[in-house]
Amino acid sequence: MELDIINDSQKSTAKSESLIRTPSLPLISYKGQDKLALFFLRFCALSIFAILVLMIGLLFKMAMPAISMFGLDFITSSDWNPVEDQFGGLAFIYGTVTTSFLALIIATPLSIAMAIFISQILKGALSKVVSMIVELIAAVPSIVFGLWGLFYLAPWVKSTLTPFLKNTLGFLPQFQGPSFGIGILSASIILAIMITPTITSIVREIFNSVPQIRKEAALGLGATKYEMIRIAVLRPSLSGILGAVVLGLGRALGETMAVAMIIGNNPTISKSLFSPGATMASVIANEYAEAEGDLHLSALCYIALILFAITFIVNLAARTIIWHNNRRSQK
Amino acid sequence: MRSPETYFKIRKLKNSLFHLVVLISAICVMAPLFIVVAFLLQKGASGFNLDFFTNIPKPVGEIGGGMKHAIIGTMIMVSLASLIAIPIGLLGGIFLSEFGKGKIATLLRFATDLLTGVPSIVIGIFGYLLVVIPFKSFSALAGALSLSLIILPIVIRSTEEILKLIPNHYREAGLALGLPRWKMILFIIVKGHLSQLFTGIILAISRAAGETAPLLFTAFGSLYLSYNVKAPMASLPVQIYNYAISPYKDWQSQAWTGAFVLITLVLGLNLFARTVFGIKKLRRK
Repeated sequence: MELDIINDSQKSTAKSESLIRTPSLPLISYKGQDKLALFFLRFCALSIFAILVLMIGLLFKMAMPAISMFGLDFITSSDWNPVEDQFGGLAFIYGTVTTSFLALIIATPLSIAMAIFISQILKGALSKVVSMIVELIAAVPSIVFGLWGLFYLAPWVKSTLTPFLKNTLGFLPQFQGPSFGIGILSASIILAIMITPTITSIVREIFNSVPQIRKEAALGLGATKYEMIRIAVLRPSLSGILGAVVLGLGRALGETMAVAMIIGNNPTISKSLFSPGATMASVIANEYAEAEGDLHLSALCYIALILFAITFIVNLAARTIIWHNNRRSQK
Repeated sequence: MRSPETYFKIRKLKNSLFHLVVLISAICVMAPLFIVVAFLLQKGASGFNLDFFTNIPKPVGEIGGGMKHAIIGTMIMVSLASLIAIPIGLLGGIFLSEFGKGKIATLLRFATDLLTGVPSIVIGIFGYLLVVIPFKSFSALAGALSLSLIILPIVIRSTEEILKLIPNHYREAGLALGLPRWKMILFIIVKGHLSQLFTGIILAISRAAGETAPLLFTAFGSLYLSYNVKAPMASLPVQIYNYAISPYKDWQSQAWTGAFVLITLVLGLNLFARTVFGIKKLRRK
């Protein structure tokens, strides 16, 4: 405080005698400097928030013509016809939801197993190397996965996986119909590959936070490693795993390029998983740059707004679950 | 009634079965990475020559076209995006870790979480609405702005997490020297942990370098070498996309080579950040 007083008196005379001012005393007091710095940081923080608000506002403004034209019928109609200015988004919502859930069904068991492998079975350097490999999968750009999916995975699905599924599960309507390779099933597999690292790394963290003493207690009672993992590691982590899975879902919902390249871009709803479809993100990627009419652009922005809302809700749910889980484990 | 011996055998069998299942799953998870890299090596390496880096595209049928324009375009836009996002991201992260209580911090944390989850295609639309419509032209500037929104939340998150790990006595020591808080933060907390902060920054940049969706209708892409940020600009991911969905074999093989270069760049940056700076972090401890 004393320093501040000296400083203030200094300041008042500084104007007239600025040349004589001793260099050891700063122009603005330390407290003032800190206030300025904090003000600046707050400004930065608020501007980041403002960008987000601006994003939602602009999307809303662009989507307005479509919203006022179609209202909530947009969500229940699957009639997408740019030529006749008729737009309904149900087919895309269906495509997004189907591919994402199918991807989750594939990715969840694999991710949990992978997390067990890294955190419970491997030790030391090997565990580090394997978890780095998993993180590298997350770093592969989605365009590369799309390219690979288009020229390698889709033909494989057509020639190998489809006949196999038809022979084993062909009695279900989901596994009937012709396969072109590209389609919902291929897109789901690509998505599963892409979200596995996300889920794995969170589940691995949860497993690592299980106290060592509980595992030792289980082993001390004579449990095999499998029983120990089931009782001491998996069971207390269930809610955390749920959070990780929901976060993976959020990532799958918004994934664009890989899906756009491999799903076939056909806005129809078909029971068969082999048939081509379209997702919300893929239709935006494919049609936005070439959209002719204003209403078409507006409808695409409407879809973007819905996609934004869905991912927002899903991410919020995931954060809440993980946050609750962390708080409980800290107790 | 089963005898204890058979019961024990069943338990041991279950245990072995479990290990087997986990091992197979782990292989299934890791296999795609190796298959993708192997495919890129096999298909992309054939077109991997000097022409690829020194030429711009030639008309279909003429050999010797390359992606110089796209590589330079990616570099320009990612650098611009970094220039915009990294300072703001660092400041945001510092704010969250050093002044992390209060309404504004909660607001920023919420915004960061939300921004991380926004699908990249929606960020692309935002870039279009914010820059392309007012200026009436696709531009590299719009692309860079969209990419900066990809980088920003990653940098904020990693900065916050790294700075939070620093023990409080560093801060107390700084304040005890009579430094103002901002000098303590800047010259002790931040300067002393630059290498860790760099890890987060490089990871964010490598992520942005591979993004396609935000560039599709902001920078749009072009077939010519351009340094003009107000004009459409090519980028490696968009160029790969356009070539991949084209019907020409020639262009498709160029797409493979492009993907090979892109994945080398992205995974290289990633490994570099994780290993080089990771080792430094260990040594410090």
